[in-house]
Amino acid sequence: MSAIGAISGVQPGVAGSAALTEPRWVRASAIAVMLLFIGCFLVVPLAAVFVQALERGLGAYAAALVEPDALAAIRLTLLTAAITVPLNLVFGVAAAWGIAKFDFPGKSVLITLIDLPFAVSPVISGLLYVLLFGLHGWLGPWAAEHGIRIIFAVPGIVLATLFVTFPFVARELIPLMEAQGTDEEQAALALGAGGWQTFFRVTLPNIKWGLLYGVILCDARAMGEFGAVSVVSGHIRGQTNTMPLHVEILYNEYNFGAAFAVASLLAMLALVTLGLKAVVEVRSRRQLAEALRQRGREGEA
Amino acid sequence: MSRRFLNVRIITHKLAGPRGSGASPMLERLLPLSDPVVTSALILLLAFPAGGQPEAAPRVQPQEVTLLNVSYDPTREFYVEINAAFARHWKQRTGQTVSVRQSHGGSGKQARSVIDGLEADVVTLALAYDIDAIAEQSGLIARDWQNRLPHHSAPYTSTIVFLVRRGNPKGIKDWEDLLRPGVSVITPNPKTSGGARWNYLAAWGYALRRYGGDENRAEELVRALFRNVPVLDSGARGSMTTFAQREVGDVLLSWENEALLAVREFGKAGLEIVLPSVSILAEPPVAVVDKVVAAHGTRSVAEAYLEFLYSPEGQDLAGKHFYRPRDEAAARRYQDQFPQLTLFTVDEMFGGWAEAQRKHFDDGGVFDRIYQPGR
Repeated sequence: MSAIGAISGVQPGVAGSAALTEPRWVRASAIAVMLLFIGCFLVVPLAAVFVQALERGLGAYAAALVEPDALAAIRLTLLTAAITVPLNLVFGVAAAWGIAKFDFPGKSVLITLIDLPFAVSPVISGLLYVLLFGLHGWLGPWAAEHGIRIIFAVPGIVLATLFVTFPFVARELIPLMEAQGTDEEQAALALGAGGWQTFFRVTLPNIKWGLLYGVILCDARAMGEFGAVSVVSGHIRGQTNTMPLHVEILYNEYNFGAAFAVASLLAMLALVTLGLKAVVEVRSRRQLAEALRQRGREGEA
Repeated sequence: MSRRFLNVRIITHKLAGPRGSGASPMLERLLPLSDPVVTSALILLLAFPAGGQPEAAPRVQPQEVTLLNVSYDPTREFYVEINAAFARHWKQRTGQTVSVRQSHGGSGKQARSVIDGLEADVVTLALAYDIDAIAEQSGLIARDWQNRLPHHSAPYTSTIVFLVRRGNPKGIKDWEDLLRPGVSVITPNPKTSGGARWNYLAAWGYALRRYGGDENRAEELVRALFRNVPVLDSGARGSMTTFAQREVGDVLLSWENEALLAVREFGKAGLEIVLPSVSILAEPPVAVVDKVVAAHGTRSVAEAYLEFLYSPEGQDLAGKHFYRPRDEAAARRYQDQFPQLTLFTVDEMFGGWAEAQRKHFDDGGVFDRIYQPGR
């Protein structure tokens, strides 16, 4: 009941009173400042990327994207995302499930560990793997003996990306799952559902939009990561260059048109991600509201 | 949806378990597939592995060999042409198809990557010290590498020149002009960039000649020079972009080959080359990475690749890409592009790279003493 009150009562009230107390010119100038800010720092640079990319015409733009090294970079970027996102989805759900639904010693340590990739600079994340798997690192000599290549090859790039994108799904789910509590799971278990059945029928449907939101953020970062990947890549053209690294290389070769063409492709991936994110956000809010209404009706009954 | 489902069940089937009571397919409950947005998101996710698959196909076919050339920043355009020419040459000679992959970056950083396990068949770096470092720290290259090819394994040379803006508004003519207040000098970081170490030693050597070998006066001059440096990029290309593209600074200390390339690339931006009275003979060396070619079975093709740099065709391409060729015929062909100027070598002025590196660039060396950022 109280939840319904909070949603239906407070929200319009805040919007209405704020609109009435501020003079018109204050509101107008606040909006103008915001639009100016967004225009200068978001829209103009983004537009500049596309203008630069198309400067030499559509033909040159397409040529820059189908050039073999560019295609290899696009493939590697998509491959990296295709491996890291599902893995982090599983890790993230498992970690959030454990943290939100159970109490155990060392819980806060685990939360801190999950946040670690956010806290350290991506360059350090990359160097970790060089220290570990470099020719003179802890595991490097062993890997070299067995002919396993990790850094300066695709596995290193995947590992580094996995590390920096690790927190996204878990961080998105922990607050949601904590808010939802364990009542429904307990009900399901009490009614005879098994553990997996409870998870797939009760827990997962409850978190699906939050999960998708985390996956989108994770995917965006996986495709855009520069620092950590740059350290472990070795920058071999056509082999270990991801899209962000390829953009840098082209730029350094005075090949500005091609650099911006690849950059615009990355920007478009980001825009698609943003669009998906917006839709998912609305959905996830609607899901939450619906759930709360359900709970309210349940209370009345 | 699911909550209503569960609630209904709790109310109506209080005694029966949820098991088996009208379960619809799990996936449909998880994600409404009828929704176009969600479907496209799914397609986007499912499309990834398809995009990645060609990478997994084996690349190396019989009759085909791949080399990795780990090089420094300004050689990109040069090695694109060398690789194509060498592939033709090798095909003619042996019938084998060779493709050479490239990796570029600051010379010191590239050496570091090879030490850490980047499997370079050949290294073509900015200065001998970086190859020495690979030999000493990893043992991947034999220590006598410099004696294995002519001219101490440096198939082409270059020098350090000044790049200024059109009309030379600050009137830069020689090294001393770089010390004037109000002149902003761009150079990369000697800790990471080979070109920057050549820049630094060129200035130092000029001062030694000028002041009769007085080390204190030399240190004073280089200190004053670095006081005019607003930003240190990590590599020569970064500095060039800072100077030419972002238009920071009045003068860029640059490889001669980079300066000539920039004048061509940024022709309309208006850049001019100024030759100092004295500069340094920069000798970028090349070497086969012994342990890597042994593991890859690529020694003969890797050696042929480096020897090709000394061939008339290789030397001509060096001249074309603004490197001073060793070969006299090629040097004559490009003599207009390379004006005569007084050049000294690292060996005669500093007693070799190992000594220069130890004294000037190692931690606690002279460079650390004279360059304190933010002052």
